[in-house]
Amino acid sequence: MWSILRSIWIVLKHLFAPKVTVLYPERKRRLPARWRGRIILSRDPDGEERCVACYLCAVACPPSCISLQAETREDGRRYPSVFRINFSRCIFCGFCEEACPTYAIQLTPDYEMSEYERKNLVYEKEHLLISGTGKYPGYNFYRAAGLAIKGKAKGEAENERPPVDVKGLLP
Amino acid sequence: MSGLGILGLAVALFFGVLLFAALTIWAERRLLGALQERYGPNRVGPLGLLQVIADMVKVFTKENWIPPFADRPVFILAPSIIIVTTLASFAVIPLTPLVVMSDINVGLLFFLGMSSLAVYSVALAGWGSNSKFSLLGGVRAVGQMVSYEVFMGISLLGVVLQAGSFSLVDIVTAQSGLWYCVPQFVGFVVFFIAGLAETRRIPFDLPEAENELVAGYHTEYSGFKFAMFYLGEYVGVTLNSAMIATLFFGGWQGPWLPPLAWFIVKTAFFVAVFILIRGALPRPRYDQLISFGWKLMFPLAVLNLAVTGGIVLATGH
Repeated sequence: MWSILRSIWIVLKHLFAPKVTVLYPERKRRLPARWRGRIILSRDPDGEERCVACYLCAVACPPSCISLQAETREDGRRYPSVFRINFSRCIFCGFCEEACPTYAIQLTPDYEMSEYERKNLVYEKEHLLISGTGKYPGYNFYRAAGLAIKGKAKGEAENERPPVDVKGLLP
Repeated sequence: MSGLGILGLAVALFFGVLLFAALTIWAERRLLGALQERYGPNRVGPLGLLQVIADMVKVFTKENWIPPFADRPVFILAPSIIIVTTLASFAVIPLTPLVVMSDINVGLLFFLGMSSLAVYSVALAGWGSNSKFSLLGGVRAVGQMVSYEVFMGISLLGVVLQAGSFSLVDIVTAQSGLWYCVPQFVGFVVFFIAGLAETRRIPFDLPEAENELVAGYHTEYSGFKFAMFYLGEYVGVTLNSAMIATLFFGGWQGPWLPPLAWFIVKTAFFVAVFILIRGALPRPRYDQLISFGWKLMFPLAVLNLAVTGGIVLATGH
């Protein structure tokens, strides 16, 4: 009997406690930088696309919502001619970001992407590509990788020594 | 009063009570939210007041489906009984010294009879739905309401003895000196608990215990017929609060404010207490519920009646 009255009193006191609800459209919470929201494609510091169209994100994607088509530029760089993410299927797991070898695909703390029509949730490359570098400001894949492209031969990348002549006998 | 006046009063009372019950739904959602440190509905209209209208539009546009396995006439009849019986009980409650729809000399018995008839609503709903959950809910509701009906009546007899009348107008007038919540405190507590059980509210909502019985006796109901059950519950809460205010807290009596305002304030206060108890207490087991009723509340009510009777016999009033 006493415990019943006591629990009623405790609940009554909560009437005057501050509310825990965040009134969403008026007030938005600050999300952490690693929050897994809307997916973007970033550019390297020179302003070129980071994506090399390796298809690893499309392979890693559990609901298979990423589709792309690889092309090669005349300077040797690979790029996606088509990059499409169907956000009506995306589960925001972040596997694509983990799989990406060039930090091109990134998830951002933006979740306000509701649409009135389902087909508007299919984002093409021009919707995904941003002008900045995203989370990794200084990173440039072609300058870190040993792949030769026009204007950068083998051995000219950062932290890279000239290639060893495997047929030579000298150390 | 003339026939036309009675008709006008009846229409006003009908819409007034329905409006109050609708506001109770809103108040319950806001209050429960506040008790749980939430906001509750606050988007539709100022403070979310129009949420009730939005809910009504929603429920009226839903499919009014009757299951093919149900007993059609019984299924349709059941929800109307609860609305009719609870609304009819308001006829005997004096709103102000002058405004009472029918001052019959057995007003209290009329109220008790109507609340007994409300049992048919849940019993027929549970039976007519012809589904297991509904039947279980209906059986539980009947057992609970019949048990609690008994000492609900007995707890009120103390008030009747003190006032010397079954008429609610006389009972309110007899409380001009001292409200009956003081001499009849036990009766008030017992009646309050019985009222909770009669309206099948948490903690006595075993007939519709959603984690065991889906929705109990109204599992198969949808659309307008479900809305009638839903509204019937809130009209019942309003009715029980109004009866508590009338029988134990002096009805329309009170200083400064006009009588109707006092009546509404007291009723609203007890509605809030009903909501607070819903927010605070868990649901007992069914055997605990029944044994609590018969082994504690019933003897308490009888004892209260005997003591009150003795005092009234000894002192003569």
